[in-house]
Amino acid sequence: MNDMALLLWARGPGLQIALVVFIAGMLLKLFEIFSLGRKKDLSTPRPGKAWSGLKTIFSRSLPDKTLLKRSFPTYLMGYTFHIGFFIALLFLAPHIELFRNTTGLGWPALPGALVDGISLLTIVALLLMLGYRLYHPVKRFLSTFDDYASWALTMAPLLSGYLAFHHLLLPYTQMLALHILSVELLLVCMPFTKLFHTVSLFISRWYNGDALGHKGARL
Amino acid sequence: MSDEQSLGALLREQGISRRGFLKFCGAMASLMALPGSMVPAIAAALDKALRPSVIWLSFQECTGCTESLTRSHSPTLEGLILNAISLDYHHTLQAASGEAAEAAREAAMKQFFGKYLLIVDGSIPTKDGGVYSTIAGVSNLDMLHEAAKGAAAIVAVGTCAAFGGLPHANPNPTGAVAVSDIIRDKPIINVSGCPPIPVVITGVLAHYLTFGTLPELDDLGRPKAFYGESIHDRCYRRPFYDQGKFAKTFDDEGARNGWCLFELGCKGPTTFNACATTKWNQGTSFPIESGHGCLGCSEPNFWDAGSFYHALSTPITPVGRAAAVAAAAGIVGGAAIAMHNRHVKAAARSGHQTVTVNDLEQASGETK
Repeated sequence: MNDMALLLWARGPGLQIALVVFIAGMLLKLFEIFSLGRKKDLSTPRPGKAWSGLKTIFSRSLPDKTLLKRSFPTYLMGYTFHIGFFIALLFLAPHIELFRNTTGLGWPALPGALVDGISLLTIVALLLMLGYRLYHPVKRFLSTFDDYASWALTMAPLLSGYLAFHHLLLPYTQMLALHILSVELLLVCMPFTKLFHTVSLFISRWYNGDALGHKGARL
Repeated sequence: MSDEQSLGALLREQGISRRGFLKFCGAMASLMALPGSMVPAIAAALDKALRPSVIWLSFQECTGCTESLTRSHSPTLEGLILNAISLDYHHTLQAASGEAAEAAREAAMKQFFGKYLLIVDGSIPTKDGGVYSTIAGVSNLDMLHEAAKGAAAIVAVGTCAAFGGLPHANPNPTGAVAVSDIIRDKPIINVSGCPPIPVVITGVLAHYLTFGTLPELDDLGRPKAFYGESIHDRCYRRPFYDQGKFAKTFDDEGARNGWCLFELGCKGPTTFNACATTKWNQGTSFPIESGHGCLGCSEPNFWDAGSFYHALSTPITPVGRAAAVAAAAGIVGGAAIAMHNRHVKAAARSGHQTVTVNDLEQASGETK
């Protein structure tokens, strides 16, 4: 199989397979979570409960003062990675073109050089995060295969995209094919690894916020 | 027929000055990324080179490759070099026809066995015994096998001969394949493009005449000197790509300002060819300069690479239906899991046994 054939497979059948597994897998997991149900709380909710779930979805994205002081590197690298990842994903012109083509929605792109710099920062942040995870005894103790696999699955599209953009290591066509394939692998694995948090975080935050609000905790 | 006249003598006969000849050799050296010190060596070798015998077979093709080469910018040295080679058989260009033409091919194949250069344009249909394209009653498949036997090397001119091209595109009704899919035991140079740049083929010929060997090839068998860099990397609109300035339609402000054509489907990033540097029509321009994105014509399967007008980063097949099927499958599967979970919960509830303190005391008393 030559580079072009690989690229065409990635842009055609590969994408179809990945999307099918991704969409079916995500829906399956969501159904599973929602169908578990919760015991009915018979206690009277405290006043001010109404928006606590929704509020928590957003408020949990902000750093907690005490925790920020105690694990500053985790916060710094975590923010850098997440924000950088979304900028690279959503504001590089070829990516926007993909969204426009598949969903009909489009928006202006950021200059390639800016996205490039941010991507590099993101890659560095991810590398540091892995280093920190391996260095910190508690983090290392708590880490499972899922954590390392999720790291690799996230790193692959970033790194291959960066290398493709700069025409490094492999011929561009081949690197672009690998980049698309790595994204497809990410999509396939997303429902079945901790990467599912892209969706489940909203559910768990809402649930926690709502439960705490019910008890009258100040959020 | 080939005679013993050297290439240099032939060119002088046609009124080419020494200066003009050296300029050509210099241009060839620079195109093939050879050092300047090689120019005299190229000149000496080309000057003395005897007219090589060339057999040109046109198979399942549109004659665009021949048109590109012969009508390119004559009369120039490229054209004359092409004329200077002994084109023993080329059914578009030769005067002879019918049996006389075939006889000329057979005679050349016999006389120069093991030495002639075989140029092929067009793909080779293989389905149903190769009946879809025949010349003088002989299928292209048989003719290629026969002609390849005595060839010193084969030059596959054009994307059809190099990779199958248009006839190879889905659903490929004739079972069209490239030369390299059939001939495995001869050196093959792929000069891809639809059509290829004229100077590329003369460059390859000049290299062959100078060194007696094939130029360095990439993994698709194309001369690296011409196919080493992508159109995108050499494109004069590249700065606009880097700045994120794109033409959205063919007549918007971006198009008028000459911005990048990526969003209009330009395949420059994955296309390796010399268009952006050597250009076409005596260096006038190349497609992107005329406001149209690169089609990627020098790459394999470019006809099956999705729309010419959709960006490289988009799917080549619609994904809507697959997504809908997946959503339906996910919902059905999820509902099944939900039902199963409810069943497990209900079973646990109904199987629940109430235990009193007395029961427990009794139980602990028994174990004592």
